[in-house]
Amino acid sequence: MDIYLLEAIINGLLLGGVLALLSLGLNLIFGVIDVVWICYAEVVMAAMYAVFWLYTFYGWPLLLACAAAIVFATVLGLLVHIVVIEPILGSAPINQLLATGGVLFFLQSLATLLFGTDFRNLGIRLPVLELGGIFISFSRLIAFGIALVGAVGLFLFLSRTYLGTAVRAIAQDREVMGLMGVNERRIYVLTSAIGSGLAGLAACLLVLQYDVHPFIGLTFGPITFMVCVLGGLGNMIGGFIAAFIISQIIAVGGYYFPIEAAEVLAFVFFIVLILIRPQGILGK
Amino acid sequence: MTILLNLERVSAGYGSFAALFNVSLDVKNGETVGVVGANGAGKTTLLRVISGLLPPRSGRIDFDGESLAGAPAYRVVAAGIAHVPENRRLFPRLTVEENLRMGAYLPAARKAFAERAAWVYELFPQLQARRRQLAGTLSGGEQQMVAIGRALMTKPKLLLMDEPSAGLAPLVVEQVFALVRRIRAEGFTVLLVEQNVRQVLDVVDRAYLLETGRVKLAGTATALKQNPFVQQSYLGL
Amino acid sequence: MRGGRDTRLLLYLPLAAAAAAPFFLSDYFQHMAVQIAIWSLVYTAWALMGRFRLTSLGHGAFLGVGAYVPTLLWNNYGVTPWLGIPLAMALAIALALIVGYPSSRQKVVGHYFALVTLALGQVVLLVIVAMRDVTGGSLGMTPHTVGHSWYALQLPNKAEFYAVALVAWLAGLVAWRYVERGMIRLALESIAEDEDAAESAGVDVLREKLKITAVSSGLTALGGALYAQYLMYLSPDAMSGVGISLQIVFAAIAGGMYNMLGPTIGAAFTILLTEGLRVLFGTHFVGAANTIYGALLVIFIIFMPRGIVGLAERILARPRVPPAPAAPEPAE
Repeated sequence: MDIYLLEAIINGLLLGGVLALLSLGLNLIFGVIDVVWICYAEVVMAAMYAVFWLYTFYGWPLLLACAAAIVFATVLGLLVHIVVIEPILGSAPINQLLATGGVLFFLQSLATLLFGTDFRNLGIRLPVLELGGIFISFSRLIAFGIALVGAVGLFLFLSRTYLGTAVRAIAQDREVMGLMGVNERRIYVLTSAIGSGLAGLAACLLVLQYDVHPFIGLTFGPITFMVCVLGGLGNMIGGFIAAFIISQIIAVGGYYFPIEAAEVLAFVFFIVLILIRPQGILGK
Repeated sequence: MTILLNLERVSAGYGSFAALFNVSLDVKNGETVGVVGANGAGKTTLLRVISGLLPPRSGRIDFDGESLAGAPAYRVVAAGIAHVPENRRLFPRLTVEENLRMGAYLPAARKAFAERAAWVYELFPQLQARRRQLAGTLSGGEQQMVAIGRALMTKPKLLLMDEPSAGLAPLVVEQVFALVRRIRAEGFTVLLVEQNVRQVLDVVDRAYLLETGRVKLAGTATALKQNPFVQQSYLGL
Repeated sequence: MRGGRDTRLLLYLPLAAAAAAPFFLSDYFQHMAVQIAIWSLVYTAWALMGRFRLTSLGHGAFLGVGAYVPTLLWNNYGVTPWLGIPLAMALAIALALIVGYPSSRQKVVGHYFALVTLALGQVVLLVIVAMRDVTGGSLGMTPHTVGHSWYALQLPNKAEFYAVALVAWLAGLVAWRYVERGMIRLALESIAEDEDAAESAGVDVLREKLKITAVSSGLTALGGALYAQYLMYLSPDAMSGVGISLQIVFAAIAGGMYNMLGPTIGAAFTILLTEGLRVLFGTHFVGAANTIYGALLVIFIIFMPRGIVGLAERILARPRVPPAPAAPEPAE
């Protein structure tokens, strides 16, 4: 096999890890609360700025800045839930989706207001590994590793803990959870916190690889939605698999075509597949 | 005997549709009380109102010295009422044991989980072997056991059961009523809703007959069995 | 409806006056008026679908096709926009139907419909960027200018362009009327309520959905074409993609998508608000205006999901509507 193609495939795999992490958070929120956070990628953007700001301007150690950014994303997500979603929990789901779209605008413009439209990066250059002629960026490798750790952590939380079981249960039958003595609103708050915390983690991994600017959410937000829908909204395992399918299409497509064409390919693949199987790849 | 649950002139409905009209009913400590009636008589609505899934439009609901009218479901559970819902409503993609875990969500029950689970498995030995199986893969009768077991995890003062025999094969229905007798014998207070009038009257102390959202008749099981109206309309005699 | 005609006249006369006023005002106001007219058309087109719960987050796709196709034809082949625009509309309709047909067949609704259309918007955006050799990519492009020309639909005189935009806007309202008057509304409303029930009641769900999708996407493309011809500058982010798609949704909702004039009011409201905030904050605070705008959108959706018109209707209707009688208990 062509060595550059192999490199593309490996890079696709690494990209898939971060996409998977992003889709896990979004899927968790959707599965439990039945809300699509259109502004999910903007929460990521905000957390990327947080890392950038703390690290570059205040000179915090990177790990500390990342931890703070995760906390920041969590608080931001809680605000989104409590201020925007809670008041309209009873109205049509599409209204909730649109309300988070307003949050998207808000965060984007606020970032423009605070930081301008410049592209900013941490100025960290991590080494590039060479393995038998294949070049792999170290930052991508770290991102992939941490994304997997995050995914495993979420999996353990959901399968091994009381609250995690409750989160899975509420996604299966909302009403009966009340009969178990569960205040569903508290589970919603918890879910929003975890989902946005994952967004914060993803932000830490993305800021190592990409420049941050106010509109960065628009570049990978749609891909994240696509991954979630493809896996079946709310289906976390499906989303996990879909993340790797989509990232391979983009990576391998990007090897043969210009990168936008590769993304077009991914979106077209998505549209076609959804129109054939609206329930997602793993749906019944 | 003290009155555990007391409903006074409770009305409820969905949107513009009214389902219950001024229903008054009481359950005393240690009793097994039935609510019978045809499909659409308001039986399920009655239980939903008691357990807080549907707020009443008017009327009083008192339970063990507390007013529960309009309280959210999770508070009603904490007060000591467990509800085995219509169609069992298990979490199909959780295991049997995880379903029991959800039943023991309240802090007090959570602490006593191991002990309570052991007791439920003792009550329903069949479930012991299936504890790691997904609830959605069980047979109807076994699912009913899990649903009851799940509700018993909090050691409720009052157990509400909604149509436990619905959708089950006749042989299994027999088993389910045997279960109700067992739970009775364990000393639980039960409010049982059923369409299956004949069998209910064999297991309860007293019963209420609902028709189009109103209490049409009330009395001891024996009295109702001998009531000409019940015999003609519900027992087919 | 006693007095219905009188109230209508009372409503339409000032509206007609407002529509005519820009002809007599300064360039600045004409500029605002043109924008309001064009975006009113686009928002009306979106609301045609949106009001029946076909919530599209991909109307940027049709806007982009409408903007780029006539300009590309003009720049590269000298084809007049008078031919280019209908072609663009046809292409937009084709695109809408290619996605709309299977998604209606498969009953893709709600979140899924929103996200599929969002992907469609993204496809058009990326295609425009990818074809950077002819479209200029994200830097944008300008139509070859020929000065004042009706043939090229290049009208530096704002009043003339306003007249064109006004006609297009009226076309949007006529489409709304057609939907409102005909069977199509009853059919679509019953679909929005319960698709399966509508189907079993003999409504050809597929046909009705596709009809409305075609009208909506075609008119949106028209709006996109006019906007490009007016600005004489096209860029993928302003004409396509998620941002503009969401802007369309919000303005239509802010105005009120259940009323014929709602989207128009939404256009006037959002454009005047943006302009007002821009004047207020100046260019020093890029983003301040949009930040407030974003916050307002959230507030609108939470507190006024039926928009400005919905709120006005509620306030006007309040004294006249007696309190809803309690459900009578049937006699025993």
